[in-house]
Amino acid sequence: MSDQTHARIEHDLAPGEEEQHSVGERVIGYVVGLVLALLLTATSFFIAGTDLVWQPSIPVALIVLAIAQMGVHLVFFLHITTGPDNTNNVLALAFGLLIVFLVVGGTVWIMGHLNQNMPPMDQFIQMHS
Amino acid sequence: MSMTATVGHAHADPHHIGIVVEHPGPASKRIVTAYGFWVFLLSDIVMFSCFFAAYAVLVHQTADGPKGSEIFEQRNVVIETVCLLLSSFTCGMASIAADVRNRLWFYLGMAVTCVLGLIFLTLEFREFADLVSRGYGPSRSAFLTSFFSLVGCHGLHVSAGELWLLTMMAQVFAKGFRADILRRMMCFALFWHALDIIWVAIFSVVYLLGSGV
Repeated sequence: MSDQTHARIEHDLAPGEEEQHSVGERVIGYVVGLVLALLLTATSFFIAGTDLVWQPSIPVALIVLAIAQMGVHLVFFLHITTGPDNTNNVLALAFGLLIVFLVVGGTVWIMGHLNQNMPPMDQFIQMHS
Repeated sequence: MSMTATVGHAHADPHHIGIVVEHPGPASKRIVTAYGFWVFLLSDIVMFSCFFAAYAVLVHQTADGPKGSEIFEQRNVVIETVCLLLSSFTCGMASIAADVRNRLWFYLGMAVTCVLGLIFLTLEFREFADLVSRGYGPSRSAFLTSFFSLVGCHGLHVSAGELWLLTMMAQVFAKGFRADILRRMMCFALFWHALDIIWVAIFSVVYLLGSGV
């Protein structure tokens, strides 16, 4: 039994809870998050209204910026990190994201094809009258 | 090595990986409460994803009514976004103040959060009232139905958050920074930050992508 090492788990972290930091460090964390989020928001609104960017790239850029900003919120405001004491929170988040992508992606996929596969309404009425 | 010691370690190391984990016992109530609330928030986000899916499907079904680009006012949305973002920040300041039991900064942070949230709600209500008065209410087209239900559902959440915020201020005033009050405060902060995340999706998908369509 002497070859076994004893690892002690101190405690898990609740979602939204930070590791032990001083007040100053915690405030700086929020300030960094706020500045990053404001930058990303400003970029989003700028890109949406500008002619300087290649137009077809704008929707993709907006989605990427939105996902980046959600990441900033998760890390700096909700304190979801990849640390070992945060595993439960990250796993719950991953499951939630899976459901979100299934619902949104699946709906858009199926409904898009449904629209394509429908004959125009006037033909449809002729066929059935 | 005696027999009892081996039996005792059988549960601590079930997969014989050579590392004995000494479990410190059940998690504290603070962790259990916040984790349960985190799971609720994720299910709330799943519910919002259904509204987003409905909006994505119905965004072009305008029934000869107005398109998104004709009714969205960019300036209004910018102010709403900044208000909600700043309120998320001040809510974080208030939760730090609650953790270090500083009443002044707690009340200040919560009051600013409350005012910013009210500005957001006022702007959103004015936008809705303006649309309805121009005849572009939720019954005008499928696009407007999905728009009103998605953005309105977020607005209802913010309204509920405002009531919760005032309740938290009253509870801290009446009962002080007790452990159960601090747990509620932590859940409120999670709720408020999650609402801001949903708003990021709304202003990107509905207002910015919608005005380009």
